[in-house]
Amino acid sequence: MNASSIVLQLLTGLASASALFLVASGLSLIFGVTRIVNFAHGSFYMLGLYGAVALTTVFTAGPLGFWAAVLLAALAVAALGAIVEMLVLRRLYGAPELYQLLATFALVLVVRDAALWAWGPEDLLGPKAPGMRDAIDVLGRPFPSYDVFSIFVGPAVLGALWLLLKRTRWGLLVRAATQDREMVGALGVNQRWLFTSVFALGTFLAALGGALQMPHEPANLNLDLALIGEVFVVVVVGGMGSIGGAFVAAIVIAMVKAFCIAAGTIDVFGAPFPLSKLTLVAEFLVMAVVLVWRPQGLFGRPQGTVRATAAIEPPLRPLDPRWRAAGFVALAALALVALLGTSAPYAVVLMIDVLIAVLFAASLHFLIGPSGMHSFGHAAYFGLGAYGAALFFRLGAPMEAALVLAPLVAALGAFVFGWFCVRLSGVYLAMLTLAFAQIVWSVVFQWDAVTGGSNGLVGIWPSAWLTPKPTYYLLVLACTIAGAGLLVRMLHAPIGVALRGSRDSPLRAAAIGIAVPRLQWIAFVVAGTVAGLAGALFAFAKGTISPETLAVGRSVDGLVMVLLGGVHAVSGPWVGAALFTWLQDTVARQTDYWRALLGIVMLALILVFPLGVAGGLKRLFVREEVA
Amino acid sequence: MLNRIALLVVGVLVGAAAHAQDTIKIGEINSYKAQPAFLDPYKKGWELAVEEVNAAGGVLGKKLQVVSRDDNGNPGDAVRVAEELVSRENVALICGTFLSNTGLAVTDFAKQKKVFFLAAEPLTDKITWQNGNRYTFRLRPNTYMQAAMLVPEAAKLKKKRWVVVYPNYEYGQSAAATFKAMLKKLQPDVEFLPDQATPLGRIEAGAVVQALADAKPDAIFNVLFGADLSKFVREGNTRKLFEGRDVVSLLTGEPEYIEPLKEEAPVGWIVTGYPYYGIQTDEHKKFFLAYFRKYNEYPKLGSVVGYSTIWSIAEGIKKAKSTDTEKLIAAFSGLQVTTPFGKVTYRALDHQSTMGAYLGKTKLEGQKGVMTDYVYIDGAKVLPSDDEVKKLRAID
Repeated sequence: MNASSIVLQLLTGLASASALFLVASGLSLIFGVTRIVNFAHGSFYMLGLYGAVALTTVFTAGPLGFWAAVLLAALAVAALGAIVEMLVLRRLYGAPELYQLLATFALVLVVRDAALWAWGPEDLLGPKAPGMRDAIDVLGRPFPSYDVFSIFVGPAVLGALWLLLKRTRWGLLVRAATQDREMVGALGVNQRWLFTSVFALGTFLAALGGALQMPHEPANLNLDLALIGEVFVVVVVGGMGSIGGAFVAAIVIAMVKAFCIAAGTIDVFGAPFPLSKLTLVAEFLVMAVVLVWRPQGLFGRPQGTVRATAAIEPPLRPLDPRWRAAGFVALAALALVALLGTSAPYAVVLMIDVLIAVLFAASLHFLIGPSGMHSFGHAAYFGLGAYGAALFFRLGAPMEAALVLAPLVAALGAFVFGWFCVRLSGVYLAMLTLAFAQIVWSVVFQWDAVTGGSNGLVGIWPSAWLTPKPTYYLLVLACTIAGAGLLVRMLHAPIGVALRGSRDSPLRAAAIGIAVPRLQWIAFVVAGTVAGLAGALFAFAKGTISPETLAVGRSVDGLVMVLLGGVHAVSGPWVGAALFTWLQDTVARQTDYWRALLGIVMLALILVFPLGVAGGLKRLFVREEVA
Repeated sequence: MLNRIALLVVGVLVGAAAHAQDTIKIGEINSYKAQPAFLDPYKKGWELAVEEVNAAGGVLGKKLQVVSRDDNGNPGDAVRVAEELVSRENVALICGTFLSNTGLAVTDFAKQKKVFFLAAEPLTDKITWQNGNRYTFRLRPNTYMQAAMLVPEAAKLKKKRWVVVYPNYEYGQSAAATFKAMLKKLQPDVEFLPDQATPLGRIEAGAVVQALADAKPDAIFNVLFGADLSKFVREGNTRKLFEGRDVVSLLTGEPEYIEPLKEEAPVGWIVTGYPYYGIQTDEHKKFFLAYFRKYNEYPKLGSVVGYSTIWSIAEGIKKAKSTDTEKLIAAFSGLQVTTPFGKVTYRALDHQSTMGAYLGKTKLEGQKGVMTDYVYIDGAKVLPSDDEVKKLRAID
């Protein structure tokens, strides 16, 4: 590499940082005010790009057509964002934290299928920008003129946002709401319109970011999730709610990637390793380092207090004996499913999947609910359990021993990562768990010799006596009852009380002598171990595992199950996991557009049961005694 | 009222039973939602084949019926729907899959459950070699064969400094490794500059193109496809990466990948692909016309694969005169099937079909990238020797 190539890589990095910043600033704005972790942000980006490509076929005449298409697409998507906020999200601000996340995830599913329906499966490559089709000369090398334009878009948007936030009354209200939204409401500001307008502006920025990518990439259906992870990282590294921080973070990440790509090959323990392979996780490595070093991101301030948007969870009480008896009868009845082995063999197969999902969801619920730690990377422990089981098995351990040892691998992972995670709170904790999960994923994905790389490992089947599905089902049922039962038992034990106390008031808990971080660390390891057991059971149920067992999709599935069931109900994971797994299985057979249908069913469920299904049912049937 | 419901239920059951007797059910598994660009034409292809087989009287006097399931792009779900197809739908055999990891998962499932499996799309060498088993056959030429078709052409270029760019997962890695090893054999003085391994679907095209240009290679071997390819080509054109450099590129001539590029399609690249616009054999003409008549659009490579999969199964069952798994395996070993690409044989040795691909150069025709000077490379010609395959393939 010489000087001119370094300069060109820097400029290229700046151009892609600019694009990233546009999208990230919208997400940061939305989070700052509404506290929504908006998974659908990437979908709005995708819609912006599709919309712009579609509109350029309408406005073909003149050089203005391109820009009109970009602007109109962004405005149309912003209007869509406003409608979504009004119809769906507005109804959920009263629900416990994270519930909006479930709604935005359902939106991702609906938007993707809607785009498939509207524009078909093929990638659509839009035109280049008029007047910026070619390259200019920089130090004797060609550099795309559109990239020059891109470099300036980021700072321009940053400046415009700064003016808007600092110099207008609307901006004043947004800043006030970011700090203390209840107080803003109490002062008589119409919060509804404030939230809707912020959401619309955030969506506009996402869609604009997408539309401006038209000269760089084709509109395709994988853009939404491909982008959302990277954008989350930018927002968190910069500090949630900090627009300037997002700008700096976007540049840092783009530069790190450019460096990995440009630097070539290095020697790792004597083996050549192309640094470009690191681009798979570069942003997550940066995030992990930043969060460990600065728990609130580079420019983040401690989050303003959110005074209970939803009623705080009432203390957990042992169930009425009659309900308990009913619960035990239901569990015993589950054993009878094994009898269906010959008459309805698939029911047994499906129930194995359901129970494994229940166990996984129960372990995640233990973290999210009673412990108050929102993990976005729980799949890591599920996957470590699954890979642990597979590796012990392939090393020659009997299947039974592998099943027992595997959760220990997950426990070890949770032990190490948990130590870092419990130092953080809120969304930062969530994102650090995600970062660790992505790092584990990328190691598994690339370590061919041990993990089989992207293909994964095959031939992991249970011992002969467990091979019949009904027998394996009984094993899974026993493990699920034992694992989930252990977690429930812990919740009612002193440690559970201390955990819930630490969640509701960390300061007071510390004051009465509870070592909050250590307690949370223990909870983290316990939850990780149980998730590892679920993963090990999964490996032997499928005979195959691949990196998707610990990919972000599975973490999200877990969140969806827990939220669907209800965070504040011990039975929540059972109901949520069963419902989600069954829905996925059934809906997929009904229509080609099963993702959209699944999303719509989920949206309907959220709107009917804003506390989750089990939470809602509990409220209907179980009378809470007010102490 | 109850009576009527009971009647209805009985009616449905009897109807289903009668239906089951004169059809052969085939289970099909694919990642329709995860990979729609390739699998939408694929589905159209197999639907056409089912229609043709049944119009010609079906097989063994029964109609073929395909029960299709989406595997959601992941192996866990693939194994579950495979269980469902086998245990609830009672399918005679399973086929399909696109991704290598789902393909391998179902391969292993087939071995465990002793079910016949015809892998249609997945490219990984392992399906028929390292992880091959007696229950699994595969239609499409694998990664090794695809790369091997290009190597002699690459060697003819007599370029010294090569650089390889590939999506960072098994398909990309193994294509790159095969290409390098084989080219080194033909041309010992070749030098490979540091690879560019890009995350699948998320290439930083600007930086990658810049780094490739800085390395000053004489020639480039590309394994990127889909949206990554579009970004790479556009950025490469703007930054003049391809000027004065030869590019050898895997799968780029497939309409799925070259057509979205429209008038920016690269010119002069040596590629493998499917020039549907020019293949004049009778088998292809027949397929092409039937496909165009039914859907009013041109076939893609996926269409050929879907179509040939169902015809292979129909021919296999005819030869076996049964849907019994063991008889199917015996029938498929050495089975000859006429596909739109001509006759292919499912080898008894490793259960790999000898389907090949077209090798040619890209050029622009109006607003569209097409292949020119193409020849069909028979898959049988690029497979390694039997001894090498025996060494690779695990003993069943």
